[in-house]
Amino acid sequence: MHVVVIAKNTPDTEATVSVDASGNADWGDKLVVNPWDEYAITEAVLLKGAHNVTATVITLGTEEHAEALKHGLAIGCDQAIRIWDDALAGHDGLAYATAVAAAVNKLGDVSLVIFGKELSDIASDQHIFQTARKLGWNMLGFVAQIEAIDFAAKTIRVSRLTEQGSQVVSSALPAVISVVKDINEPKYPTFIGIRKAARAEIPVWDAAALGLDAAALSSKTAHIRYQALPAREGAVEIIDGATVQEQAEALVDKLLEDKVL
Amino acid sequence: MNVFVWIEQHNGTPVAASWEAIGLARQLGDTVTALVLGQGVDDIAQAAIHYGADAVLKADDATLAQVRFEPYVTLIAHLVQQHNPDIVLAAATISGREVLAGAAADVNAAMLPDVIELSLEDGKLSAARPVLGGKVLSVEAVTADGPQFATLRSRAFPMPEPDANRSGTITEVSPVLADDVIASRVESAAELSGQVSLTDASVIVAGGRGVGGPEGFAPVKELADVLGGALAASRAAVDAGWIPYEHQVGQTGKVVSPDLYIAAGISGAIQHQAGMRTSKVIVAINRDADAPIFRLARYGIVGDLFDVLPALAEAFRNRLG
Ligand SMILES: Cc1cc2nc3c(=O)[nH]c(=O)nc-3n(C[C@H](O)[C@H](O)[C@H](O)COP(=O)(O)OP(=O)(O)OC[C@H]3O[C@@H](n4cnc5c(N)ncnc54)[C@H](O)[C@@H]3O)c2cc1C
Ligand SMILES: Nc1ncnc2c1ncn2[C@@H]1O[C@H](COP(=O)(O)O)[C@@H](O)[C@H]1O
Repeated sequence: MHVVVIAKNTPDTEATVSVDASGNADWGDKLVVNPWDEYAITEAVLLKGAHNVTATVITLGTEEHAEALKHGLAIGCDQAIRIWDDALAGHDGLAYATAVAAAVNKLGDVSLVIFGKELSDIASDQHIFQTARKLGWNMLGFVAQIEAIDFAAKTIRVSRLTEQGSQVVSSALPAVISVVKDINEPKYPTFIGIRKAARAEIPVWDAAALGLDAAALSSKTAHIRYQALPAREGAVEIIDGATVQEQAEALVDKLLEDKVL
Repeated sequence: MNVFVWIEQHNGTPVAASWEAIGLARQLGDTVTALVLGQGVDDIAQAAIHYGADAVLKADDATLAQVRFEPYVTLIAHLVQQHNPDIVLAAATISGREVLAGAAADVNAAMLPDVIELSLEDGKLSAARPVLGGKVLSVEAVTADGPQFATLRSRAFPMPEPDANRSGTITEVSPVLADDVIASRVESAAELSGQVSLTDASVIVAGGRGVGGPEGFAPVKELADVLGGALAASRAAVDAGWIPYEHQVGQTGKVVSPDLYIAAGISGAIQHQAGMRTSKVIVAINRDADAPIFRLARYGIVGDLFDVLPALAEAFRNRLG
């Protein structure tokens, strides 16, 4: 029995981003494990510790994304696989999902696929839900806690966040889940783990290895360009006054004048 | 152009951004069909017509009482296959993002998620959406033929005026999945009752580490109540256990876009900005004049939030009656 976690590297959230005149963005070279994926990888490792399951970490991306795989191996995943094919360069969610679902099917005997809530760079979660559909499995998004999981009986019960609050939901396995930060305290690699991960051979599965023809991975959308945000007009206006009441009244006047309220 | 709009609802309360989607659909298309799924949703079907739908496809069934991935995705994909609309829209809420993405996968269609601008060029959708923690916009376009799906960020598009004299057709449709083939069961739900939803709120008052403890949120909440707004927090306050995670705004919390965002005792870290940068007017209250939040704000008061917030609540109460 198998638990699979899908993880990726993303630009550092602290990075400053600049956009040039032709619409190219520069966010520096520094990549970190997508912050959401740290929780996802940790959850796979925790499940492996508590149940008799194999934990596999998969990334879909070019070579620099192997770091997310090394992170997974270093904190206790059993194996890592990188999916890449030049046909995937278009960043289309549905193409990603098609490839990930094919990899999960190829592994076989997978009970649970875990994703982080979203990618912090492209801020997209679409491939997660689309992977569930491509697999034909149920999807439980925004999982804050796995309350119970029984791999043999093929059942799971989770609490998940909703826009309105939270829910407890039970489901059959296999299933796809995405996790939010309440789920665990991320594990960080030990020195020994990092050394072990550095030596690991990481296979790369391309479209052929996944049994897909490149046409199945063609993009339905295209990224055209990046655009800077519309500039905020003017600098901050600091509201002064002899007393805090005066300041408060002056601010309320401004907001009413600007028809903000 | 035929446009489908999924009207999201929870326990009979429609999600406001669904009406914004109808408003946009009216601009993009010639006919607008609202998909109203749930149990006991006649009023919502009628409201969809008042907000601008020409027709409603209504599925009223116990299996649809709560939004669940499988029955919702399967039914929406089925309706798209049957009616072949050019465009399918919904609000980019937690449910909207997953249900529309799933349905787009089923019909092998293009999907543009969480957009803040959307237009048609030669029959293909083109969109802008914030990426990299809201630091830049990514302009994306549909390239494939067939139905085009998009979800719209709350409050990014104008709310249409409902017109009670509008009329339209309401057609009943049946769910695709029977109860016993749906893998998931909602066993219980805890709703944030009596609170204004953060993503719909036009006014938000947020507190950070500066409030100093759980009781420090009292003046923050008082001002939110005076303004009829929602209560928010930075991650530092959430991680300290002073306020539940549902209130967190930022990269690992909610993304909000109110008309007015008042940040008190929040330094304005880049990850907090990711959740509130698109607010129309930002007011910062901080005792440190060099806090980064002042670089984002339109108005600022340098001072102690425990003095400024009560004074503001008092001033608003006097002026707003
Ligand atoms: C991957 C990642 C994701 C993150 N996601 C989020 C997120 O989603 N949301 C988020 O908010 N943060 C997030 N953070 C954390 C973020 O980096 C900051 O640590 C956090 O936003 C700081 O919260 P704060 O502004 O409340 O606290 P601080 O930075 O400590 O600021 C407190 C401010 O209060 C002021 N102050 C103190 N007392 C008073 C007083 N009495 N009156 C007036 N002002 C006072 C101080 O001058 C200071 O400016 C994330 C970080 C990482 C690494
Ligand atoms: N649309 C996007 N917006 C921002 N960053 C992206 C986008 N697509 C990919 N990236 C990042 O770009 C780098 C290279 O991506 P890739 O070639 O897909 O491995 C990685 O750091 C990705 O996370």
